[in-house]
Amino acid sequence: MYRFASFDEPILNRLPQKRVEVNPEIEWVPEKLRRKTPPNIPNLEEQQVVRHFFRLSQMNYGIENGMYPLGSCTMKYNPKICEDIANWRAFTDIHPYQNESTVQGTLQILYELEQMLKEITGMHAFSLQPAAGAHGEFLGMLIVRAYHESMGNEERREVIVPDTAHGTNPASARMVGFDVIEIPSNSEGTVDLKVLEKTLSDKTAALMLTNPNTLGIFESDILEIADMVHDAGALLYYDGANLNAILGKARPGDMGFDIVHLNLHKTFSTPHGGGGPGAGPVGVKESLSKFLPVPRIKKEGNRYVLDYNYPHSVGKVRDFYGNIEVCIKAYVYLLLMGRNGLKEVAEISVLNSNYMKEKLKKSGFYHLPYRDLRKHEFVVSCEPLREKKGVRAIDVAKRLLDYGLHPPTIYFPLIVKEALMIEPTETETKEDLDRYVEALLSIANEDPEIVKEAPSKTPNRRIDEAFAAKNLVLTWKDI
Amino acid sequence: MPFIPNSWIKDEMLKEMGLKSVDELFSDIPESIRINDLNLPDGLSEDEVVKLIDGISRKNKPFPEFLSFAGGGIKPHYIPSAVRHILLRSEFYTSYTPYQPEASQGFLQAMFEYQSVIAELTGMDVANCSLYDMSTSLGEAVRMSIRINGRRRILIPRNISWERKSVLKNYIAGLDAEIVEIEYDKKTGKMSLDDLADKIDNETSCVYIENPNYFGIFEDDVDEISEVVHKKDALMIVGVDLLSLAIAKPPGEYGGDIVISEGRTYGTPMNFGGSSLGIFACKKRFIRNIPGRIIGMTHDIDGNRAFCMTLQTREQHIRRQKATSNICTNENLNALATLVYISLLGSEGLVKLAKKNMENARKLYESLISLPWFKPVFSSSFFNEFVLMSTQDVFYMNRELLKKDIMAGLPLEKEFPELEKCMLFGITELYDENDIAKLISAIKEVYHV
Repeated sequence: MYRFASFDEPILNRLPQKRVEVNPEIEWVPEKLRRKTPPNIPNLEEQQVVRHFFRLSQMNYGIENGMYPLGSCTMKYNPKICEDIANWRAFTDIHPYQNESTVQGTLQILYELEQMLKEITGMHAFSLQPAAGAHGEFLGMLIVRAYHESMGNEERREVIVPDTAHGTNPASARMVGFDVIEIPSNSEGTVDLKVLEKTLSDKTAALMLTNPNTLGIFESDILEIADMVHDAGALLYYDGANLNAILGKARPGDMGFDIVHLNLHKTFSTPHGGGGPGAGPVGVKESLSKFLPVPRIKKEGNRYVLDYNYPHSVGKVRDFYGNIEVCIKAYVYLLLMGRNGLKEVAEISVLNSNYMKEKLKKSGFYHLPYRDLRKHEFVVSCEPLREKKGVRAIDVAKRLLDYGLHPPTIYFPLIVKEALMIEPTETETKEDLDRYVEALLSIANEDPEIVKEAPSKTPNRRIDEAFAAKNLVLTWKDI
Repeated sequence: MPFIPNSWIKDEMLKEMGLKSVDELFSDIPESIRINDLNLPDGLSEDEVVKLIDGISRKNKPFPEFLSFAGGGIKPHYIPSAVRHILLRSEFYTSYTPYQPEASQGFLQAMFEYQSVIAELTGMDVANCSLYDMSTSLGEAVRMSIRINGRRRILIPRNISWERKSVLKNYIAGLDAEIVEIEYDKKTGKMSLDDLADKIDNETSCVYIENPNYFGIFEDDVDEISEVVHKKDALMIVGVDLLSLAIAKPPGEYGGDIVISEGRTYGTPMNFGGSSLGIFACKKRFIRNIPGRIIGMTHDIDGNRAFCMTLQTREQHIRRQKATSNICTNENLNALATLVYISLLGSEGLVKLAKKNMENARKLYESLISLPWFKPVFSSSFFNEFVLMSTQDVFYMNRELLKKDIMAGLPLEKEFPELEKCMLFGITELYDENDIAKLISAIKEVYHV
């Protein structure tokens, strides 16, 4: 069983420091702007710094420590070679304003990655520029806005999202100025067509949908939904957070989606970096391609070029061309997996998820609401546990840490009470899935007082988050 | 299949679940849209992939094989080896957003330290733990300003990059706000105080300045600017080069309300403009309006010191459309790189580094103006970038230099028509006298001297 190391590691500025005289003044800085005292940054030896961060790393849980089944986050193993190649000097040490002829290698990779993503999603054009999934949504919403403006439909100001949507969906739509309308799911856990029909109008700009949705349920009515949205004159947006489940099985483009964003750090196995960098490429149907950000990468004969000549483009959503090193890692991953590998990703990620779901469902402690068949993730409710023993989802999550396992996403989607949202991914062994299920069942059978006091084996016991919000200590100056 | 261990026991697992074939797991997908195959190549082995990409990578010319002296933001900097070693601790780079603080104390403490060093350098009270890049930080800063005072007029310098202007325009697309550009002084290259005074009004939400500005010039009239801005109760957003803050006054000392910067300079490679680090710091009174993730110090039930994400009620996973920003995945690992880099250098190293950058910039400047084809444009002091005017066609010059794998400055006339034949040069600590000599002799060869 995995155990964290535990250190009383001081804050960086409390480490023993070298005594050095530092004079920041230099005549080339105009007198009025000259710094008189050096910044209050400690002066340390390299080995102190390395040991400090090494110790911190040992108090952190990553995929290589064990299973990390955060729902909708697709925490799969990140192949080492992807990381190595992205760190080759040929890729890291090139300047974004270098002449195209001196960066043909990177341009080729970006171009080919776009082609592969087009094939995987059934879309017609891609931009690799967005830095994250939510950034892709933001770009997608800018494109929705630009499209309706180009059609003279400025009054289309509503974006519809299901109540199971990721929080980023409504937040992105709002950022671009849309009013967000949330619609309730039906008893199957999917979009309620009758409610959708009533909600669609000549004010609707788009429907944002995740498919499979955050319950792990495939929206089987997707073709009807697409027709309804298009008949209403609106666009259909695909949140690609859950694409892992359908790689090589079905494509958003064929389902009728007009715009998609992908999360390269999820589906294409680039590391999540403790929160980023990721990458959120956006794909669109042909009629919307003119709105994509500049520059677009084009192939002219054997040459790759950056093309800025798109007068209808929305412009830029960030500096330069995208989180390039993340794109390179995803490209390497795609080359390793190939056509059959990707299909296998979908099949086994769905198999693993349903395998765990079956075992948990039978236990009686974890209730599976809505439709039985799930895709790559599933959501169970700890409500029976709460009723029987007063144990809540958060208690189960914290107790999992004592078993050396990372908890799933909890309390999401909001429509499931005491939710555990579990996404095992395809990269775990059957033994690891069994161990995880056994841990969940064992916790259900434990003395509830022990569970409610968990964790006890982590570097810190249960952390008081409310105190942090009430007593803001946000830098070492505040201590 | 690589990385998919249960491939080999698929049938066994299906049997245990009472299923006959894996297709049953996909029966919820309408048949008309099911596909059997993707038109992609077959998977390759690791050694085949390495060989293939090695071939592709040879079509790139990295620094210093290709020697660029372009300013405008990105430049190559040395990254100490220890930075990479720490980033590659997989407990860091394969983890995700620290939703479970008990399992994430390492990254959480590091991000608390990151917030602390950014606050020290900028003179602000708080920093978030990263946005995407400096341009998106500007977008978020302006959105925050509008949230705070409800005004809709945004003043920005005319001399910022076109990319940044475009990003800003998109970030306020939904806010019905107006962007007004302030002229720079044609002689000094600094912000025109007269134009600022003319354009600021009671509807002005914020004024953005860059320091050093896009031409590399130190804006030293900051006290005057701050007075004008704050007299109108507007906010002052300052965009800085983090590197310059070791030797220049932090914006907190001259009235900056929000400070943004590009963290790439400290510890993240150029990566062809790849993932960066949007730094965002501000005064504590704006804390509930900040976009992005913030780490706070607290304690556990035993009373031991601990860290966790805080003020999450600002964020999208709680507040949905009412969140301060849609950001979720950010640039945390690059924030860690910046923290480690700053820790390795300390105040001593940071000051030395800034001075070295200025020294190299002056060497480059002197070498260029000693040639007959360059003359100064602005009279003010600069950091590590500067503008020169050429007597020659600058596009022709760069085309000819390209044959020797060199780029001189970045031509400015497309974005600034009045700066015809002007180039923005930039240099860092990574260049030595030989590199400068290489540029000078290459330029001489272009003009057959």
